[in-house]
Amino acid sequence: MIEVSGLRKAYPGVVALDGVSLQIRPHEVVGLAGENGAGKSTLLKALVGLVRPDSGTIRIRGREVRLRGVAQAATEGIGMVFQEQSLVPNLTAAENILLGCEGSAVRLGLYRWRRLRELAQAQLDKIGSRVDPMARTETLSFAERQMVEIAKVLAIEERTRAQPVVLLDEPTSVLEAEEIETLFGQIERLRKHASVVFVSHRLDEVLQVSDRVYVLRGGQVAGEVDPATAGAAGLHRMMIGAEATGSHYHDDLHRPPERSSVRLSVRGLCGEGFTDISFDLIRGEVVAVAGVHGSGREELCRALFGARAVTAGQVLIDGEAVSLTGPRRAVRAGLGYVPSERKVEGVVSAMSVADNMTLPYTRPQDVEEWIGRLRIKTPDRRTPIGSLSGGNQQKVVLARWLLTGSLRVLLLDHPTRGLDVGAKSEVYRLIRELAAAGVAVLLLADSLEECIALSDRVLVMKEGRVTVTLDTPPGAKPDPVDVVKEMV
Amino acid sequence: MTADRLQTYGPTAALLALAAVFAVLSPQFRTLGNLQNLLDAGAVLAVVTIGATYVLLLGCIDLSAAGVMGACALAVSLLVANSRTALDLGPLGVLLVVALGAAFGCLSGALSVGLKVPSFMTTLGVSAIGLGVATVLFAGVQPAVSDPWLLQWASGRWLGFTRVTYLAAAVVVLAWLVQRHTRLGRYATAIGGGEDILRLSGIQVGRYKVGAFTVAGACYGLAAAMVTAQLGSGIVQAGAGLSFAAITAAVVGGTQLAGGRGGIAHSMVGVLILTVLANGLVLIGVSPYVQRAVQGVIVVVAVGATLWPLRHRLEVVK
Repeated sequence: MIEVSGLRKAYPGVVALDGVSLQIRPHEVVGLAGENGAGKSTLLKALVGLVRPDSGTIRIRGREVRLRGVAQAATEGIGMVFQEQSLVPNLTAAENILLGCEGSAVRLGLYRWRRLRELAQAQLDKIGSRVDPMARTETLSFAERQMVEIAKVLAIEERTRAQPVVLLDEPTSVLEAEEIETLFGQIERLRKHASVVFVSHRLDEVLQVSDRVYVLRGGQVAGEVDPATAGAAGLHRMMIGAEATGSHYHDDLHRPPERSSVRLSVRGLCGEGFTDISFDLIRGEVVAVAGVHGSGREELCRALFGARAVTAGQVLIDGEAVSLTGPRRAVRAGLGYVPSERKVEGVVSAMSVADNMTLPYTRPQDVEEWIGRLRIKTPDRRTPIGSLSGGNQQKVVLARWLLTGSLRVLLLDHPTRGLDVGAKSEVYRLIRELAAAGVAVLLLADSLEECIALSDRVLVMKEGRVTVTLDTPPGAKPDPVDVVKEMV
Repeated sequence: MTADRLQTYGPTAALLALAAVFAVLSPQFRTLGNLQNLLDAGAVLAVVTIGATYVLLLGCIDLSAAGVMGACALAVSLLVANSRTALDLGPLGVLLVVALGAAFGCLSGALSVGLKVPSFMTTLGVSAIGLGVATVLFAGVQPAVSDPWLLQWASGRWLGFTRVTYLAAAVVVLAWLVQRHTRLGRYATAIGGGEDILRLSGIQVGRYKVGAFTVAGACYGLAAAMVTAQLGSGIVQAGAGLSFAAITAAVVGGTQLAGGRGGIAHSMVGVLILTVLANGLVLIGVSPYVQRAVQGVIVVVAVGATLWPLRHRLEVVK
């Protein structure tokens, strides 16, 4: 059906795809596995024309094509269910299903609702969904919306004579176990009239539904796996490759935390998205919070920094109660926060390195020192931060909190998101050094691997509660598969 | 869901409550004659608000009504039988002026889409252009309209209401149908709900945006003809203050500035609220100076109430 060969795509500072070649055959479910940044999303986007590759070819049914956009990909029979759902909330399900290809349901610009309903119903029937096509999309449950999304992708069948190819990008990340089973049933059904590409960070799922699995690593195909013979552990090793050694995570810098002194103490914290959260962070400890999207860990992290409202509970730093009424109080209490959206919340890209580093303070004299100590690669302190690489930007964000000298607890929300391997390692080194200096670190890791490797303990969150705490000291790390089991 | 209900039924409840209060306070408010006055007074605002609503549905904002209406008012008064030119185009003149308004709207939309400049700025610019055109056409001598057909719009009555009011009612119904049952209307709503999603679906979003701005401009053109009929002459200030009033009416009625929510029906409730408020305040003897302040307070309260359930701590409001 689809043959990709030698696909390459480079962004400034990062090679997202580095010569990817693979095939997708008719009636086949192909799994794609890989760490964040391995190139999965870029590959899918290239297949629907959202990313134009620098070199390499995509052949669809033996014919080479250059895809220029989603519309063209659809006429070639390729459709994608996006990670963030792509339905317009204030339209009906039927309008969403036929969005942009209403066909006979719109004549001379006028809607023929009955026809629209019939056409949408036909798509919904294909996947056996009982969603009312005339319901406003925002009134549907998440799982129902996912079904609508799949029905929408299947609508491309009518635009092409050949069999469609459906790309599913992390379709299960926000679904409940029951809904996942339904989705898998739908994938089996889909197989009868389509090829499917399935991407998930849950390896057991990939192995369960796929006929073949391609493992991507650093923008390259690291290998092809037969799910019948390979296990999740083997798949995981292949995903990480040889990089996952202790030196990548700077294990040598690890100091055992001082068991006796509690830095951060969270008591019965409740808020929107999380309930009754209690845990302690001791001096020099790195505690990772693991959980799927919707587990409430992002919300918890922001609440601790005072950026989201708390309804009950207490937070103590070094035994003193902290008022969680806003980020200003949190900073005064010795909290630092590195947000996940670096470009939006982390840096002010038009401002200089020095201004970004001293945002919460007025002591610019230490800037040079920290640029040197953190090895921030910048022409000088006046350079606009937007022109630096992602890794160096992130170091500036970290330096912002180090500069205070009074940092006691650091909240890291996906601190290595979008960074390349070398920059990640640098950030890990910084985290190690901070912990060794007595700062307590709460980490929402970018990958499970990172979550386990960097932490002393892992708190697993599920549906807004901490369900399990796992000790992860160096030398006695748990198997990632066991952690995933606790997460889902 | 409750927030949704509040937005749908809140304005209607507020309108009824407001009318009830005035009906109790002023016997004059309760008369049939006053209802006729009220609707006649609200007709122009209704047509302008329809235009503004189409643009608001996109999530854009249109501040060009004042300028476009100024230019169109002058143009229509010079195209029909008048004191300054020898032209006597009658209904064709009105049609031409609606087309002129549409052209201004199209320009606003095209600038906003093509140059990727916020609609706030492009429409302000177009408004200034419109006022400039109006001033040039005015040329120091106010054209008095002598076309009996156009003057009849404001003076001729049927069942007590002027033709302007019937015209406005017809435009309301037409606009409502277009919003609900045509691709332009549905896509305008969809653009406000998730423009990026439409792009990902391969829809040429820019085309529909320009379309919505064009409809808005046509509405302003028609509103300018209505004002000119009421005044009997073409003036530059024909649309003064109406941009603000129209957006106020739309938002008070439940059409959201963020786009995608509300629509013609909501906005018309907002128009009635503002009209009843203005009419009622006069009848119970509130000074015109205080009236504006009261309107301002009501707008802030109404918008605050609709956005209250959506706010969160780190929200950046500009």
